[in-house]
Amino acid sequence: MKKTYKIDVDCANCANKMEEAAKKTAGVKDATVNFMTLKMNVEFEEGQEPKAVMQEVRKNCKKVEDDCEIFL
Amino acid sequence: MNKKQKKMLIRIIIAAVLMIALNFVPVTGWLRFILYLVPYLVIGYDILIKAGKGIKNRQVFDESFLMAVATIGAIALAIYEQSGDYTEAIAVMLFYQVGEWFQSYAVGKSRRNISELMDIRPDYANIEKDGKLEKVDPDEVEIGSAIIVQPGEKVPIDGVVISGSSTLNTSALTGESLPRDVKEGDEIISGCINMSGVLKIRTTKEFGESTVSQILDLVENASSRKSRSEDFISKFARVYTPAVCYAALALAVLPPLVRMFVMGTDAAWGNWIYRALTFLVISCPCALVISIPLSFFAGIGGASNAGVLVKGSNYLETLSKTKCVVFDKTGTLTQGVFEVNGIHHNAMEDAKLLEYAALAESASSHPISRSLQRAYGKEIDRSRVSDIEEISGNGVTAKVDGVEVAAGNEKLMKRLGIKFIPCHHVGTIIHMAVNGAYAGHILISDIVKPHSKEAVSALKASGVRKTVMLTGDAKKVADQVAGDLGIDEVYSELLPAGKVEKVEEIIRNKREGDVVAFVGDGINDAPVLSRADIGIAMGAMGSDAAIEAADVVLMDDDPMKIVKAIRISRKCLRIVYENIVFAIGIKLICLLLGAVGIANMWLAIFADVGVMIIAVLNAIRALFVKKL
Repeated sequence: MKKTYKIDVDCANCANKMEEAAKKTAGVKDATVNFMTLKMNVEFEEGQEPKAVMQEVRKNCKKVEDDCEIFL
Repeated sequence: MNKKQKKMLIRIIIAAVLMIALNFVPVTGWLRFILYLVPYLVIGYDILIKAGKGIKNRQVFDESFLMAVATIGAIALAIYEQSGDYTEAIAVMLFYQVGEWFQSYAVGKSRRNISELMDIRPDYANIEKDGKLEKVDPDEVEIGSAIIVQPGEKVPIDGVVISGSSTLNTSALTGESLPRDVKEGDEIISGCINMSGVLKIRTTKEFGESTVSQILDLVENASSRKSRSEDFISKFARVYTPAVCYAALALAVLPPLVRMFVMGTDAAWGNWIYRALTFLVISCPCALVISIPLSFFAGIGGASNAGVLVKGSNYLETLSKTKCVVFDKTGTLTQGVFEVNGIHHNAMEDAKLLEYAALAESASSHPISRSLQRAYGKEIDRSRVSDIEEISGNGVTAKVDGVEVAAGNEKLMKRLGIKFIPCHHVGTIIHMAVNGAYAGHILISDIVKPHSKEAVSALKASGVRKTVMLTGDAKKVADQVAGDLGIDEVYSELLPAGKVEKVEEIIRNKREGDVVAFVGDGINDAPVLSRADIGIAMGAMGSDAAIEAADVVLMDDDPMKIVKAIRISRKCLRIVYENIVFAIGIKLICLLLGAVGIANMWLAIFADVGVMIIAVLNAIRALFVKKL
């Protein structure tokens, strides 16, 4: 399953870091962060609950870049 | 400017003014330190806080952390060496923030610019209720509803005109300002602007499925498909920062130790630590990381404004390497519409002969008879025609105004025993006999698009090595069209599956790194579009299958758009490479100069921010594609 989320982040490198962090989160099959449109596309693994996974993604992103937000 | 940017700008100004003013205040010692601490904290408090959080989260290569280390280190050195030069640390922080501010401003601005370019989203649809117009959300309009579009409004949903006639401006979709006339019964696509009359439209799609929504979706998602350049840069950034940091550490520790123990001279710790701190200032990869996606985003935005929809940054990159263009003939290089192209050897006037032909063929819906009727151009009065007899595979005989007319191919003439003059032109020939006597023939052929020839030579001029044409048509017709247009290779009499095989063969035989593009109209060549390295569908307004299968979608069917698409991609990629080389180059030079002690922190931060500003401005240039 794929979902798109709106995000807020200030710098392009931070967006890349968020992408890395999201990809590494358990339950996420693949993730891309589009800095220009401020969107995050997340592909979840089979049988994962997107809401729970996204909470983790958000936590991990906050770790690498404090000044970011994912609008869930 | 948003709130955050305004706040930042005020902080930058206050810190700059304080920093300059303090230069004229003759204080020394701790008082001087505390005074200078004020502008430093004004400009850098958020960086310091972020650095603290970075340490907590073990993000050592976080740029805020590195900036904090560099500036605090510089202040510590100033205290240690009792030079009292705190300006440097403030300046580094100040310029770093100026850079960040500029980046955020420029990116925000280009985001807005590009979304303005693509401002085709309709805000509402008009529905008639009890004789009054009511504005509703286009999402809520069901298929088959009647909507009203007034002059000056956008057509919100695809549909068919039920009543009214008007002129449409399609420039937001196609990039061309040629207006299009519509009347009752015509299909109409969303995103056009109604210019003159009131139109009543029966919707044939939901808003989400309409052309305008599809285009917006496509463009918005395009920059998420990342190009190889972007991947390269993000990988580079991941390695670059740690590498520079370790180099800085080595620079701070190794040379002094060598001096102390090997050379036996003074270690000069302060000097080497200063150089190491300079390294940290240059370690931020921002200029690179921002300018590449920004270039692609601007390129894709500019292209869509010109009526060229590119479905991803990766496709824009591939398109720029196109060395071989394979065309489908019908509908791509030719109009795919049969037209009367000439009338030869006729005894009577052209118009009269055409009138006879059109009337005799009036009962048929064959493309050939329709083109005759179109060429005739007037309303067909069926009552003038009688005794129509269709002879399958030959043509028709009929009585028009009581006169016997025969219209058909050579077989028909032979059958009727009428002597005819064969035609040496390529196309479909309609021989005419009136009252049993030969009356000349009408040449009907698929005509070449007005810009086809120009497009083929422009492609050659812009670096495409080979042009190929594939068609299901007869060899004679294909060879003539290809000869006229200057196409290098022709393969004719191909079935759709044969086209796929041909393209595969061309791809097998290409040179390493070359890209083979296929251009088709998306009707029954979808497999070829997806098989080619890059599939370009043209004239695809409203054709879902083509938009689905292609990588690049041209909104109208002008072959010059192919050239434009390739030029846009080349410009965008040139900018990308310029930025990569420029940004990495300047950084390496600064590192080198910093290591040998020529570049100080001032130069390092100037170079860093300067490179970013130039790279961002250069990236925005990708947006301007009108004149390509």
